[in-house]
Amino acid sequence: MFGYVTRRVLSAIPIALIAVTACFFILRLAPGGPFDGERALPPTTLANLRAHYNLDLPLIQQYFIYVGRLLQGDFGPSMVYNDFTVAEMLWIGLPFTLMLGFSAFVIGTIVGLVAGALSAVNQNKWPDYVLVLLVMVGLVVPNFLMAAIMQLVFGVYLDWFPAGGWQAGSIPHLVLPITVLVLPHAGRTARLMRGSMIEVLGTNYVRTARSKGLGTRLILARHAIKPALLPVVSYLGPGLSYLLTGSLVVEQVFALPGIGKYFISAALNRDYGLVLGTTILYMFIILAVNLIVDVLYAWLDPKVRYR
Amino acid sequence: MAGITGKDAVLSEYARKLETLDAPKGRSLTQDAIRRLARNKAAVLSIFVVGFIILFAFVGPYFLPWTYDKIDWSGIRKPPNFEAGHFAGTDQNGRDMLARIMQGTQMSLIVAGVATLVSVFIGVCYGAIAGYFGGKVDAVMMRFVDIMYALPYILFVIILVVIFGRNPVLLFVGIGCLEWLTMARIVRGQTMSIKEREFVEAAKAGGAKPWTIIFRHIVPNLTGPVVIYATLTVPEIILTESFLSYLGLGVQEPQTSLGTLISFGAPVAETLPWMLIGPAVVLVSLLLCLTYIGDGLRDALDPKDR
Repeated sequence: MFGYVTRRVLSAIPIALIAVTACFFILRLAPGGPFDGERALPPTTLANLRAHYNLDLPLIQQYFIYVGRLLQGDFGPSMVYNDFTVAEMLWIGLPFTLMLGFSAFVIGTIVGLVAGALSAVNQNKWPDYVLVLLVMVGLVVPNFLMAAIMQLVFGVYLDWFPAGGWQAGSIPHLVLPITVLVLPHAGRTARLMRGSMIEVLGTNYVRTARSKGLGTRLILARHAIKPALLPVVSYLGPGLSYLLTGSLVVEQVFALPGIGKYFISAALNRDYGLVLGTTILYMFIILAVNLIVDVLYAWLDPKVRYR
Repeated sequence: MAGITGKDAVLSEYARKLETLDAPKGRSLTQDAIRRLARNKAAVLSIFVVGFIILFAFVGPYFLPWTYDKIDWSGIRKPPNFEAGHFAGTDQNGRDMLARIMQGTQMSLIVAGVATLVSVFIGVCYGAIAGYFGGKVDAVMMRFVDIMYALPYILFVIILVVIFGRNPVLLFVGIGCLEWLTMARIVRGQTMSIKEREFVEAAKAGGAKPWTIIFRHIVPNLTGPVVIYATLTVPEIILTESFLSYLGLGVQEPQTSLGTLISFGAPVAETLPWMLIGPAVVLVSLLLCLTYIGDGLRDALDPKDR
């Protein structure tokens, strides 16, 4: 198990490096730059600015400087917001995005697993139909539309929760954004869980357990849950990246101070440092979660460990 | 001559019967699949709804008094008004909402179609090549797919769209280029089992080159899974496109798409609800029906699951 974990951690390093490289060159090779404003800058000012941010060096050299700094945890300066470094900006937004993302992730996964399992155990009875219908709603209503409906219904008409904004530590402000993020994630998880649970409940060993006279609860707890979790666990990695993408929208719609809000404006302004920083941060979160998911998978399915 | 015994008589009677009767008709796998699909009520209904939405989007505009970019100065922010011909109201610029919804649906459908074709093309070629050659080639190619999976691809789409301008063609191709990963994985798995079959061996024995075998013998046998997965990709792509449009990175004015319409409708939904309801209903029913069709096709073509 320890060997497996080490191998996985080591294999994540080249992935991170390739992604950083790809991102860097895509951004830099594109036309336009952070200083193309409405008003053209005088050539000397522009040259000085470019020299200040090392933009006048050959691209390869810039790349090595960037990666070298990155390895020391320095994301470089923001090229549009002069008073902040990228690291400072990310540091302000990150705790918020993480809190939002992870609470949605945890709640969504638990809700999805329970709903999927309930649905499978009651296959083709009314709880199943109700749950399948709810799952469908979660799956096909896009998050930006769901956010608008939630704001309108619970924020404006019923006035139960604030429709946007955030005050430090205020739970009611988080209810609607988290619900919007939870629904599709719970839907996808429940769908997978239902499918795999139905499959497991049809296997021979579950039939054997039944014929031994074990109660339903014991069969579920001892024999059915663990193998049924496998496909769900392998979905959690991509699931989180869906969630983080969703948080881009949710942070905009509900005017929340996370890193997703920076990303889009930074991309539009060609703020190289900030776009790269945000992307790299998202990527590291996703890689880390994938790593945890893989370890979890190895624990659930011993076959994986020895490959 | 021993004469005809009772047994002979029965047998010859039976032989005569067989000669005159038609042979029992065989059913091909496709016919079986269509029959199973036709029995799935949700899928059939969904096919009709999607057909209706396609007609609505492409033929509908010819029956309307207003076009999507025409401004009616006497009807700005007006609720549905049948006398003026604004069946779904007008937006803040006095443009007919129904015409705009039709145009937006058209755009979303075209994006979905083109991007799906691109993703199917890349996915099938990539997966078939990796699966057929196996070994190191496969290891390297699939490692690349794993890497791409680990990346937040929507961020790349956003970067690409921002950088290369909001050109619809780029949008189609860009989304397609990033949605092929799962397709490649599925195709690779299938190819690996198909390449062990006898007809591939026969083709090899006949001296066919690897590329011929891949594209003449293996790819046609992948139709089932590819069709299923392509149907499931369409709603994903519509969602991605509407997501980008919602963020303001999609098609440009005066053209529109369902995501753009929703993004304009959402902030004013309290006072001008018709601006949100129309596009939202079309988008959700389109996505819902496409998902049901995908599920129905999967059940029909892949009976193993049931």
